[in-house]
Amino acid sequence: MRGLIEDDYVTEEGEFVINIGPQHPSTHGVLHLKVWLDGETVKKVQPHLGFIHRSIEKMSESLSYRNFIFATSRMDYLAAHINNEACALTVEKGLQLEVPDRAKYIRTILAELTRLQSHLLWWGCTGLDLGAVTPFFYAFREREFIMEIMEETCGARLTQNFMVPGGVMYDIHPNFQKRTKEVLTQIKSKFQEYDNIMTGNVIFENRTKGVGLLSKEDAISYGVTGPTARASGVSCDIRKLIPYSAYDQVQFDEILGTGGDCYARYMIRMHEMKQSVFIIEQLIDNIPEGEFQAKTKNVIKLPKGEFYQRVETPRGELGVFIVSDGAASPYRIKYRSPGFSNLSALPLMAKGGKIGDLVAIMSTIDLVIPDIDR
Amino acid sequence: MNTEELKSSISAILPSVIYDETGEFLNVNIASEELYPLINELRSNSEFDFDYLFCLTCIDWKDHLMMVYHLLSKTHQHTIVLKAKISNRENAEIETVCNIWRTAELLEREVFDLFGVKFINHPDLRRLFLSDDWNGYPLRKDYVDENMISL
Repeated sequence: MRGLIEDDYVTEEGEFVINIGPQHPSTHGVLHLKVWLDGETVKKVQPHLGFIHRSIEKMSESLSYRNFIFATSRMDYLAAHINNEACALTVEKGLQLEVPDRAKYIRTILAELTRLQSHLLWWGCTGLDLGAVTPFFYAFREREFIMEIMEETCGARLTQNFMVPGGVMYDIHPNFQKRTKEVLTQIKSKFQEYDNIMTGNVIFENRTKGVGLLSKEDAISYGVTGPTARASGVSCDIRKLIPYSAYDQVQFDEILGTGGDCYARYMIRMHEMKQSVFIIEQLIDNIPEGEFQAKTKNVIKLPKGEFYQRVETPRGELGVFIVSDGAASPYRIKYRSPGFSNLSALPLMAKGGKIGDLVAIMSTIDLVIPDIDR
Repeated sequence: MNTEELKSSISAILPSVIYDETGEFLNVNIASEELYPLINELRSNSEFDFDYLFCLTCIDWKDHLMMVYHLLSKTHQHTIVLKAKISNRENAEIETVCNIWRTAELLEREVFDLFGVKFINHPDLRRLFLSDDWNGYPLRKDYVDENMISL
């Protein structure tokens, strides 16, 4: 929140400082970047956070184990399902509760639909950031179908709050399977169109190839996860490493890149969308019959101890760390959010590049600011 | 390395550690003064090779603060949780680890901001989320704010 104080603007000869944000279209939210420039070359970047810090961790300390889950929908609002799932899994780990297979399948399908819509939104916004307006409309056209499925089954489009300890809140809507299959067919037919408009475009390739390099060692040291790290060759897909829900029953590939530049990060996400479609296709016809929620007590109390659960969100590894003292609300909760660690590598990636590259790097890291601020 | 091997190797470096295996991971309890030599060895020794710090946080246990480091080795795929007890609440201090894992730089600033733990040798220790003139450290259990509403 600092940065508006004058001593911070002391610069060397020829350098000057500009502020990008907190209200700037390319920061995708209220992120304030202070950038030291020499001409157009970026010398140093300093992120200033806290504009939408709501202290969800403190708030959760006074909420019950059922209620705190719903606050996490407001963290990474593009992956509300997966945030909720991470919390539910942690509580289940503490209770040593076995979730019915039906709930596991529904969770996995919804998580992959979430990943698909999040990546679609990212794809549209990346186009917008790099000067192409059309992809944004294409992406939102397909994303709308997914949001409708969410609305029908969960009752909400963005903050779904559908995962509860023990399973999912309701059974799926009767139309769910039919509509999901329709959407998959629709999206699969559009991947070629996406590639035609963006991937092979010369201007796009020039803006992204060799820009914002991140080495494998730096990616691990900075705690970078998700597609951003996989583009640098770090194998970090939690769905593969520590399978949760129904991920141990499906086949999919962990996409790894080697370039470590913006283009590699772009390609990883394009391939991940296809993998998500592939995962849903394997599950959608095989949802087992039975209960959709395991029986839990009205007031959930976790035994004394510490519980940690890692899941893979569209942006990387989300960790939920619950410390319980045996009471009906958590003693301490820590969210290890993927955006926070990914952002910490931004100054390294942007250094020495042009200011236009900074926008390309920011959009390919796929920052969601409420996830960083929490 | 498996849990037993990890335990014997860590005890060889620092005999005073106390282990706790009740949770999912192996917990290693130490005092805050002993942190840096041990954690440096855990990173640089190729037998441990803990190259990935996936979570760094603090817990307020009312009479003391506790720093928690979740460490993972990408090469050996073993995990430990290192817990450093800070007895002095009023002037909480601990050595920084951000020269070992760069991700710690922002995470330690967050802990400084919300718990008031000072990290010795941290290159840029400032408030991260809150304004510079904020009073108190919100995630401490004894923090009171007149605008806080208890549900």
